[in-house]
Amino acid sequence: MIATRDAYGEVLAELGGENDKIVVLDADLSGSTKTAVFAKKFPNRFFNMGIAEANMVGTAAGLAAVGKIPFLSTFAIFAAGRGWEQIRQALAYPKANVKVVATHGGVTVGEDGGSHQSVEDVAIMRAIPNMTVIVPADGEETKGAIRAAAAYKGPVYVRLGRNKVPSVFPAGHKFEIGKGVVVVPGTDLTFITTGLMTAQAVIAAEKLKAEGISARVLHIGTVKPLDKELVEEAARETGAVITAEEHSVVGGLGGAVAEFLGEACPTLMKRVGVYDRFGTSGKSDELLKYFGLNAETLIEEAREIVSRKK
Amino acid sequence: MKEKIADLEEKARRLRVAIVKTLHKSQSGHTGGSLSAIDMVCALYFHKMRHNPQEPTWDGRDRFVLSKGHAAPALYVTLAECGYFPSEDLMMLRRLGSHLQGHPDSKGTPGVDVCTGSLGQGLSMANGMALGLKLDGKDNRVYAVLGDGELQEGQVWEAAMAAAHYKSDNLCAFIDSNGLQIDGDVSKVMNVSSISDKFKAFGWNVIEIDGHDMGQIIAALDAAEAHKGAPTAIVAKTVKGKGVHLFENKASYHGVTPNDDELPEALKCLGCFD
Repeated sequence: MIATRDAYGEVLAELGGENDKIVVLDADLSGSTKTAVFAKKFPNRFFNMGIAEANMVGTAAGLAAVGKIPFLSTFAIFAAGRGWEQIRQALAYPKANVKVVATHGGVTVGEDGGSHQSVEDVAIMRAIPNMTVIVPADGEETKGAIRAAAAYKGPVYVRLGRNKVPSVFPAGHKFEIGKGVVVVPGTDLTFITTGLMTAQAVIAAEKLKAEGISARVLHIGTVKPLDKELVEEAARETGAVITAEEHSVVGGLGGAVAEFLGEACPTLMKRVGVYDRFGTSGKSDELLKYFGLNAETLIEEAREIVSRKK
Repeated sequence: MKEKIADLEEKARRLRVAIVKTLHKSQSGHTGGSLSAIDMVCALYFHKMRHNPQEPTWDGRDRFVLSKGHAAPALYVTLAECGYFPSEDLMMLRRLGSHLQGHPDSKGTPGVDVCTGSLGQGLSMANGMALGLKLDGKDNRVYAVLGDGELQEGQVWEAAMAAAHYKSDNLCAFIDSNGLQIDGDVSKVMNVSSISDKFKAFGWNVIEIDGHDMGQIIAALDAAEAHKGAPTAIVAKTVKGKGVHLFENKASYHGVTPNDDELPEALKCLGCFD
């Protein structure tokens, strides 16, 4: 169990030692986003920009224009929200080589409440041309994703979480941008999941097996570009798809899969996520239950969708 | 020096002619703000900046950010005059398929390093460049041109704060203070004065000049380069539409181009009779 933001802090500091082009910017949240680990090791390549996200994005664009590889971090609500137009104009439009690594995505931000819980960031980042959007499932995948983002030339949005999450992938797991991973094979339906919901889908698939329901788990680490091949294969082979994400069902992974399958291979489908509403204060685990973002919901939806197939 | 100034003034006159002809051809674009900024852009490219039109991405170049991206014609005619791309390209301004987009686009135009046009963002980018160049121990300088109306964007002041905080003395920003914006007088739409006091309060070195006096522009650029420990803002009093009386001091010519009737008179004002 490790929080994806902790894995980020660790790998970013490693990368800093490997490539001196990497610079890091933060907006007064370096202790929480874990960029402080990098800042301590490479103080001259760390820029605290204060509580001013728009300027942070523009500054990163300028650093990229002179050959640096900037990573900028703050909470998802501020990175994608406050900085949206700057990300569009200064990063995506010119294809600037800047990595926006947003932590504290989703409702597991917890007690801070709805004002701080970003349930729209994946959708609004995904809508921007040239953007790559990554939502890792666990610490190991985060490390691979951050390394892949550093190696990729162009803007990337990586969404991380606040809390410790169960491991899905083994140590040394290789992450490839745009490639999904079948974590559990199955034939009756497919859970297409991202972020912390992949671990829940693995638990759900295990329990469903005892009921005689064979559920595939297809983890989508890169929401954009979507791995259309594996998504279509899952739809054709299992005939039913349940997407799950710690995000609004509008425009995120569920939206992406629905848009794609609606055109390429209309399939029985259900989206599990936050149904077009804001978050609220509470403990992280209480909130996951409150919003139905757990294995129990996936099991119920799986039974339901399999019954609809017949 | 007198000769140098006379040379630059002649260059600026020719660039004004090119702006008018380009905008007449395109029938879309921003006349007033291009003509108010051109003397400063001219001084940068033909006097102050280290750059190489034959090698637009030359590592040793100084950087330029046109934060008031709608003055793109001023930048484009200057880049063409330098030889970054053929002058004929100007006639394709804003056309489908042209690299000369309505606002500067680094993806297509040689000599353009960042995308601007959404106001208020250029100073952040310029400071990012300044920070990166300093990190590499380079002495290259970064120049930006902002509009006075643009100063209404809050991000400008975030950037002003950051540039002073990081002591970016390799950064110099012109404020093209022509006093007009789309809806009218800057002072009436949303007063930004005193521009100089604001930048001073943020910790900047501030120089006030007449933005159409080539001698003052050059002297200010030299003073900016000599100033250590803080970025410099050159607050330049300018005239929107400068050089063509038909367009001067008229907010209505912010985003309007010379029409067929106006063209001969405009060119005559600029001493162009061909």
